[in-house]
Amino acid sequence: MKKVFSLPESMKDVWTHYCPGCGHGVIHRLLGEVIDELGIREKTIGVAPVGCAVIAYDYFNIDMTEAAHGRTPAVATGIKRILPERVVFTYQGDGDLAAIGTSEIIHAANRGERITVIFVNNAVYGMTGGQMAPTTMLGQVTATTPGGRDSSAGYPLKVSELLAILPGTVFLCRTAISNPANIRKTKLAIKKAFQVQLENKGFSLVEILSPCPSYWRLSPKEAKEWIEEKMIPNFPLGVIKGNLKDA
Amino acid sequence: MSEKVLMCGNEVVGEAAIQAGCRFYAGYPITPQNELTAYMARRMPEEGGVFIQAESELAAISMVFGASLAGARAMTSSSSPGISLKQEGISYLAGNELPAVIVNMMRGGPGLGNIAPAQSDYFQATKGGGHGDYNLIVFGPANVQELAELMGAAFDLADRYRNPVLILGDGILGQMMEPVKIKKRVGKLACPEKDWILTGAKGRSPRIIRSLILKEGELEKHNRHLQDKFRVMKEKEILYEEEGIDDAEIILVAYGTSARIAKAALNQVKSEGIRAGIIRPITLWPFPEKVIADVSSRINCFLVIEMSAGQMVEDVRLAVSGKCPVHFYGRTGGGVPTAEEISRKIRELL
Repeated sequence: MKKVFSLPESMKDVWTHYCPGCGHGVIHRLLGEVIDELGIREKTIGVAPVGCAVIAYDYFNIDMTEAAHGRTPAVATGIKRILPERVVFTYQGDGDLAAIGTSEIIHAANRGERITVIFVNNAVYGMTGGQMAPTTMLGQVTATTPGGRDSSAGYPLKVSELLAILPGTVFLCRTAISNPANIRKTKLAIKKAFQVQLENKGFSLVEILSPCPSYWRLSPKEAKEWIEEKMIPNFPLGVIKGNLKDA
Repeated sequence: MSEKVLMCGNEVVGEAAIQAGCRFYAGYPITPQNELTAYMARRMPEEGGVFIQAESELAAISMVFGASLAGARAMTSSSSPGISLKQEGISYLAGNELPAVIVNMMRGGPGLGNIAPAQSDYFQATKGGGHGDYNLIVFGPANVQELAELMGAAFDLADRYRNPVLILGDGILGQMMEPVKIKKRVGKLACPEKDWILTGAKGRSPRIIRSLILKEGELEKHNRHLQDKFRVMKEKEILYEEEGIDDAEIILVAYGTSARIAKAALNQVKSEGIRAGIIRPITLWPFPEKVIADVSSRINCFLVIEMSAGQMVEDVRLAVSGKCPVHFYGRTGGGVPTAEEISRKIRELL
């Protein structure tokens, strides 16, 4: 019998610690499939963030390391500059990338570092217990915005649009994993982002809108609807810079 | 053959690092160590190495983290306020057991302080500096030639122990020009084979480099392993210089720039018939406590000289353990003691 579905070689056959309905599992899987399909498993080095995905290195069957909170792109820069023939990616959440690591992401992008960033935007701090993220929606209730976020706590930060004005960025795309069609597009975008690095063109990033049912206080199904209804109007999907051609 | 050349301390750090095989430098401008950053910007590309002017000290030390785990001999440098920022990454380097060399050309503090030479980062340098239980090997060179030699030792020890090594200089040492011979590397570098670095899992199992250890009891086990390394460093890596301690009635203890001035004072009072000696720690961690303890029961007193309000003096007192008085003379905030001030203090004490 022909085997039509199996675990990517780039992933370990282990259970993850993620909550039911969390998007990290889906995104990990897409990343594993892309690394397999591009045949780069043995030359890829990943940098895990501080956040819910902090132990992502336990789930991928590739060389991986950690970084201090937000310094993920700086660590990736050091690796890539020493090993320019390897493929280097960071996997970051919205706290890591868009709050404490804002400086590192902007400057890595501005230098046009040949790295690929997987940016998981779920509008909340997960690991620390559901506090406000820089990408939290106005009105969204979190542990640190009990009355809902108002603009005095800042507006939801659109990092991908900010990075788009930098000449060093080559491919920037925002996707969501709210339904099967969007999941397929997310995979295409991840693949394109790695191809940009393989072609030594510059910095690439995929921002993925991802559900956090636990800290949105929603069921997994409702969380996917919340992405469509609340997040996408604020974080429009699509290619922000570059194109998806050839992916 | 290496030639004797006239160079400032900051540039000597750069050239000696390159000769020791350093191929990655990331830094952020801060006075009084800017000559080093500029030197690396020029020399690294010539050697096929990497120079990055980072967006911050936080990023610079994290870039060093990345370069080190990818197998390079990597370094960064700064001065006091910048070194405070680097403590985050230094703790991560120690926790992840990654070699790196960090240079601190100290300036006056606290806060932004000033840009004059100081030795007031001794506590931060020798007691860990960042969060967690760890130590760095800390060198306190006293002249430009010694600075050159200790750079090579720093990279070797960092690799041997897989732990960061700190060079603790000051603004004078960094800026001062002195004749120096920098050992040129001949042939292939005798770098230990690194079977732990990340290069992509080609034909082997994947490697993970991380300091997050959540399983019950495992972090304590990891810390015990780190402490074992620190114990070996304490046994094997202590360096100091002493002069005239066998028949001394008073012994000065000073390091770096303070030690140079203390030696001038020593010569002044010796000509007056005072029997004075000096112990100059070269490694500030591990600290040469045994030689200090050994002489403490047969001298009148110690005098510790620092360009601080009194930091190393605490380690001297711990070593002496009450067996004789330990006096202190220090200048702070960029003040530099003169030989006359120190001589006067010695005369007062006897």
